[in-house]
Amino acid sequence: MTGWKALLYKEVLRFWRVAFQTIAGPVLTAMLYLLIFGHALEAHVKVYDQVSYTAFLVPGLAMMSVLQNAFANSSSSLIMSKVMGNLVFLLLTPLSYMHWFVAYVGAAVIRGLVVGIGVFAVSAFFTDISFVAPLWILAFSVMGAALMGTLGLIAGLWAEKFDQLAAFQNFVVMPMTFLSGVFYSIHSLPAFWQGVSHFNPFFYMIDGFRYGFFGVSDVSPWLSLGVVGLSLLAVSAIGIQLLRTGYKIRS
Amino acid sequence: MSAISFQSVSKAYPSPRGPKGSTFLALDGVSLDIEEGEFFGLLGPNGAGKTTMISILAGLTRANSGSVRVLGSDVQKDFAAARRKLGVVPQELVFDPFFNVREALRIQSGYFGVKNNDAWIDELLESLGLADKAHANMRQLSGGMKRRVLVAQALVHKPPVIVLDEPTAGVDVELRQTLWQFIAKLNKQGSTVLLTTHYLEEAEALCGRIAMLKSGRIVALDRTSELLKAASSNVLRFKVDSELPKALADQARITGRIVQFPAHDALEIERYLAAVREAGLAAQDVEIRKADLEDVFLDVMTKNKDSVHGVSA
Repeated sequence: MTGWKALLYKEVLRFWRVAFQTIAGPVLTAMLYLLIFGHALEAHVKVYDQVSYTAFLVPGLAMMSVLQNAFANSSSSLIMSKVMGNLVFLLLTPLSYMHWFVAYVGAAVIRGLVVGIGVFAVSAFFTDISFVAPLWILAFSVMGAALMGTLGLIAGLWAEKFDQLAAFQNFVVMPMTFLSGVFYSIHSLPAFWQGVSHFNPFFYMIDGFRYGFFGVSDVSPWLSLGVVGLSLLAVSAIGIQLLRTGYKIRS
Repeated sequence: MSAISFQSVSKAYPSPRGPKGSTFLALDGVSLDIEEGEFFGLLGPNGAGKTTMISILAGLTRANSGSVRVLGSDVQKDFAAARRKLGVVPQELVFDPFFNVREALRIQSGYFGVKNNDAWIDELLESLGLADKAHANMRQLSGGMKRRVLVAQALVHKPPVIVLDEPTAGVDVELRQTLWQFIAKLNKQGSTVLLTTHYLEEAEALCGRIAMLKSGRIVALDRTSELLKAASSNVLRFKVDSELPKALADQARITGRIVQFPAHDALEIERYLAAVREAGLAAQDVEIRKADLEDVFLDVMTKNKDSVHGVSA
């Protein structure tokens, strides 16, 4: 494999080598959420008619795992290479900034999707999963993962130390994913918080993704597609610009 | 066409000390042409700008002004072509812990667009004494072995121009021998080699031409043989048990008990020895040897003592 494909291959091989930590770990975490929240809330929470709470929870958890792992892949790979100094092997090559972008984000999407599929595979033992509109599922998972992979790329370029990256993850990524409607429908929130949720791009990723499973959602999937698509374009433009100017990697 | 060409290259970094916004001039209008097939040495004390020059050449750093070309390709405007022609062995001992040696080399080949490179990778492994380490993870290798892999990684795309940035710092004798034999062979086959090193005897033995860099400027540039000729031809060397008087010490190079004076003729030698005797000291193990590159280097660096680092607001 040559050019950007070589970098994509290297990035995929990197997480695959430690799959226990990068794939099995996140799948197990999602399963714990499913067991505990599903068991505790199954009898109390009714989100949509005809849909049990556990069945409602599965796509949200899967998408949350997709998003968090896409972010983790590009950001941790970059920060490790920067701290260890081996990013120089890449800086010395003829690969252009677009090659970097495609490879890092591509590997993040692959990691996100592998973890997402893992979550579904294990969830299938606990609940029935329906796929009403698979194309929506595919579109939102790929675009959401790409969006988070790009955010991870930006965070990885910006951070100089592991704790800066951890701060980004704990104070931005985690709250936004948790408050996006993974565990609830925003219609169950007070009006004010419903309004706030509409400013969270993660809400649209999860709501649109969930539409693909049940054919029902809090807002129209087309609106979600538009918001996610525009957000993806915006962060991609920033990420590509940072790579083009060699932000914090070429002096 | 020059293999490597620097034209009036300057580079200023933000100053770590001093007022905010002040800069430190790492390179001050450097011009240098290295011809194809040369084995060229770039020498200078720490902080002289050697690594900055190499970083600009490799595209890791951008020059503020001037232009740098590798076999005619501008390192900024035509970076992809320039980097394909260039193989750089970085100074820092870095590695990717996720892969074994062969994987690292295959991936690096891929970055440069080289397909099916196993024959050349095998040759590299063989020549650098890494054949039995091909399947070892990078983490398991000793420092010296990691250094060999760095060399192999730099050469994986058969670059016509090879840059080695202090490749033998902290490296055992065996690796130095293996490395120089291999690099000399590539040089004989036509590769251009640019070397920075602190080991002056290496530069003297290997480099046809040498540039000496100080405070971001080239202070000497000539054939190695000419540089050696220009220095005082002989060195008087002896040991003393106590300190030399200041007037004498200022002219000497002193390493512990060993004292060395540059000397041109017998008269000068007699004069030094007489001065030592008058100071009430006994010179032991007296010998006279040919001047080497280290003498030239110290000579050039002392002559240029006045030039200071440019600090401007």
